[in-house]
Amino acid sequence: MRERAGKALLLVGLATMILGLWREEALLVLEKAIIICLQCIGIG
Amino acid sequence: MYRRRLSQILATVASNSYLPGWLKGRIYQGKLKMICVPFLNCYSCPGAIGSCPVGAFQSLAAGYGRTISLYISGFLLAVGALGGRFVCGWLCPFGLVQELCYGGKGRLRQLPPLVEKLKFLVLGLTVALPFVWRDPTGLAEPYFCKFACPAGTFQAGLPLVSLSPALQGLVGWLFSWKLAVLLLVLMAAHYYWRPFCRVLCPLGAFYGLLNRWSIWQLRLNRHRCTDCGACARQCQACLNPRLESNSSACIRCLECVSVCPTRALSFANHTVNSQRFTSKGNTVGK
Repeated sequence: MRERAGKALLLVGLATMILGLWREEALLVLEKAIIICLQCIGIG
Repeated sequence: MYRRRLSQILATVASNSYLPGWLKGRIYQGKLKMICVPFLNCYSCPGAIGSCPVGAFQSLAAGYGRTISLYISGFLLAVGALGGRFVCGWLCPFGLVQELCYGGKGRLRQLPPLVEKLKFLVLGLTVALPFVWRDPTGLAEPYFCKFACPAGTFQAGLPLVSLSPALQGLVGWLFSWKLAVLLLVLMAAHYYWRPFCRVLCPLGAFYGLLNRWSIWQLRLNRHRCTDCGACARQCQACLNPRLESNSSACIRCLECVSVCPTRALSFANHTVNSQRFTSKGNTVGK
């Protein structure tokens, strides 16, 4: 049961990630990550 | 222990290896930042070459689009499905920082079980708040990063503010609050082993939920176990690996595996039915 669950979760995770990449979410991540996050560093 | 420490150091250095950032107080803006690292590592850290999954997830959720990032969710699910909290024990830079602060070797302090469950509440709030708590313009904020994350203060806030006079002029109550959270966590880390990971980390909570189902699991061979209790005495998270080997509180440091005199404990891929691998690399028959 657990063996199948682990594999199934891995496959679901990979499929979801690929779907996200297909939606070009990696570019959205890049857009956010190349700007200093003022909240994260405690400025505002 | 030595191999784990080496792995933590390598992960920390590799994920924060943008030297110009450290020297000039700016952040890396190249394409590698499309890639998330599997642990907390603030993308505003001057050395960071990848993105923090928690920060990126929240930032995307906080925008007008209210994007639930499938890329980040799927990535974290896949990493957790492989090894549960293995990432926490072997790769996380802020885990390393807390371990270096720990001064209570040999006298482990247990946290109340209810306190350790707080991280699941933090996980729920981290995911939900950016979608529901919005200002009148329709925008939200990365609330966990803003109010709670000590890793961001340590890795990004302190270096950037100390290197940039412009940012120093903007320091206010929020920075003082975040500094207080960081100091509290580091002081607690002197007395309790990795308190942030055990109580507050949303990523650890998520991976912890997958500990029970992950492909690589901590396994106990009951025929070999002599109930000597060495694993329970060694466990820094105050667990008993014989009874709760895949608890969500286990960060899979695998100290219990290395200390077991009969090699009854192993960290094994349970899809490989014929063999088990001990921490020393030996193969043990089923």
